Amino acid sequence: MLQILSILMENKPGALMRVTGLFAQRNYNIESLTVARTLDPTLSRMTIVADVDPKIRAQVIKQINKLVNVLQATDLTDEPSVAREIVLLRIRSSMENRTAILKESEIFGVRVVDSSVEGFALEATGDPEKLDEFINVMSSYGDIQVTRSGLIAVSLEMKKLRLAPPVPAGPEALNVNEVSSQGVLN
Amino acid sequence: MSNLMTGAKMLLECLSREGVEVMFGYPGGVTLPFYDALYDNPLRHVLVRHEENAAFAASGYAKATGKIGVCCATSGPGATNLVTGLVDAMMDSAPIVALTGQVTSSLIGSDAFQEADTFGITRSATKHNYMVRNLAELPQIIHEAFYLAGSGRPGPVLVDIPKDVFMARGQYEPVTEIHLPGYKVFTEGHSGQIRRAAQMFWEAERPLVYAGGGILLGKAHKELREFVEITDSPAVCTLMGLGGLPGSHPNFISMPGMHGSYAANMAMYNNDLLIALGVRFDDRVTGRLAAFAPHARVIHVDIDPAEIGKNRHADIPIVGDLKRVLQKLNRVLTELKPEAEAKKSDARKTWWRQIRDWKEEHPFDSPRSESEIKPQHLMAEIDRISGGKAIVTSDVGQHQMWAAQYIRFDEPGQWINSGGLGSMGYGLPSAIGAQFGRPDKLVFAIAGDGGFQMSLPELATIVSQGLPIKIIVMNNGYLGMVRQWQELFYNNRLSSVTLDTFPQVELLAAAYGFKGRTVENPSELTEALETAVAEPGPYLLNIKVTPFENVYPMVPAGGAINEMVLGPPQPVAVGD
Repeated sequence: MLQILSILMENKPGALMRVTGLFAQRNYNIESLTVARTLDPTLSRMTIVADVDPKIRAQVIKQINKLVNVLQATDLTDEPSVAREIVLLRIRSSMENRTAILKESEIFGVRVVDSSVEGFALEATGDPEKLDEFINVMSSYGDIQVTRSGLIAVSLEMKKLRLAPPVPAGPEALNVNEVSSQGVLN
Repeated sequence: MSNLMTGAKMLLECLSREGVEVMFGYPGGVTLPFYDALYDNPLRHVLVRHEENAAFAASGYAKATGKIGVCCATSGPGATNLVTGLVDAMMDSAPIVALTGQVTSSLIGSDAFQEADTFGITRSATKHNYMVRNLAELPQIIHEAFYLAGSGRPGPVLVDIPKDVFMARGQYEPVTEIHLPGYKVFTEGHSGQIRRAAQMFWEAERPLVYAGGGILLGKAHKELREFVEITDSPAVCTLMGLGGLPGSHPNFISMPGMHGSYAANMAMYNNDLLIALGVRFDDRVTGRLAAFAPHARVIHVDIDPAEIGKNRHADIPIVGDLKRVLQKLNRVLTELKPEAEAKKSDARKTWWRQIRDWKEEHPFDSPRSESEIKPQHLMAEIDRISGGKAIVTSDVGQHQMWAAQYIRFDEPGQWINSGGLGSMGYGLPSAIGAQFGRPDKLVFAIAGDGGFQMSLPELATIVSQGLPIKIIVMNNGYLGMVRQWQELFYNNRLSSVTLDTFPQVELLAAAYGFKGRTVENPSELTEALETAVAEPGPYLLNIKVTPFENVYPMVPAGGAINEMVLGPPQPVAVGD
């Protein structure tokens, strides 16, 4: 099964490379990756779907959390979450198939975003399985070209975001005590 | 206009504020503005003879002092030459800051002269790296780099600075605050977990402390000593942890691992509680993981949460700074001691007796010969002269293992070697850094005849800086460790491991203006070493040792830690 990770990180040059580098270094293929700014323009939210050995998933999350530019990395694979993807699909079809294509699109809740004598451009959203099915159906009506956005996901649990407080600049920075003396569980 | 400052000067201001006294580097085209500013600055710049050695020297300085080492290189080849040193520092968690020049911002990406994608190349070679985009962010980045290098789990941080940033002028505002919201360092250790760890400790019958480089990096050696003395636990120190507990301490067993002692490895296998302190369960220590410490519960303390549970499940994980965690743990252990100590004391006495028996069964004895110098003999002599006090640096290979087995270290910062990465050519340049950091100390740089030839250019640095380093080449005419593996695992097919040409060290040292000597006769060894030590300047000793000696005990790669090969195969009588 694929691992779904949600990563909140600083919107800085090179930050993306640090995250993807961790996967490349371990020879894990990334199936999909989406990243965009959050409400706070200094931060980005990234969703990664990757084929990671279940035994080392916790390690991957820890390594990502260690990155200086990463504020929080969460494994959504087994957590309550909603995941969606968008597909833009172009289909060339004969005139006699046009009605059927529109009918199928309606069934899948898909919008027509362009129409021409050659065919349609369609916009579909949903979970990946539903989209696979839609693509499969469409391919039976004519030549198709597909662009998928990759998964975006949101956790349904509110997670407390723990951030490091500022420290004074200079050698004193190394003597700063952690604010909480309780410590953390691993 | 007069109070405007160049980027180069601002950088020097920041370095001074960080307390940098010495840096190791090599100038070049794009760092010219920086070196010009350095010309009348009190910061001492040591000109090495190859950039890789600047990084190694910075690492040696860091390991010897516990402070942050600084190195510097120009763009392109200068920066790429640093890479091995950066990865080395990464693997051994050595705090270093590397400054590299970059081509002028407007030329980046145009394949300009001496341009390399340093930021990209060093991404996975550093704890974190930066490319400075404009003068305004330079001071902030420099202070962040030092904070990142030295805090949490230390490591190398690189700052790539384009030439125009060095030359730009601006108002210098000292940075007051660093804010890295994503960089969380958990130092305190969970108090509930610490209490549980103390309780688990007193319930154990065969406890063993497994202490690593984290003890040194966390400056927790006093607390470690307290721990073993409160609990009377036996302790092993890993290759990176040697000196964490004094080598002569009665509770110190020795080093575990592939070439660890019989007693240390048997204790690692048979204990029922492993107190793992600042270690990462490296494959060279554990052998085959599935067969490692099969009866043990594990308390694992580390400041890096990603190390805990990485290779071995921890029954009690504690994320925190070792010094603070051990202070708290020692308090709770002491508090519980009056009630708990007696409970398992018989079992523990048996455990100690067992460990002493193992020690006696197969000690590190140093074989001597009338006709040739045994490498173990050489290390034992260095140990005798050092008396636990000298700094010893090494490369990687047989000499490193024998040095680790035979030389004792009283304190952290005395044993400086390339542990994780295993870089040949580390010993000599790291000795330069160590000697700058600890001018009061006797420094031995031990290298094999292979690694020595990788660090030859630094003889010039040693002489020009007047460093009294004692360079000991353990010369067996081979790339010894590779040969050992070819002998044992590749049917003795010795492929490209013969070092048949080696310079005459008397002439070599004389060419650089100092003394060198070759020693072949065991009867001369002591006198030769003592002469070298008595020499006020550097000294190069080429010690010809038994060519075919191998390092034992040995846990073959992938083998279980208790299944050691204790010595060379003995000739077997064959019937006629």
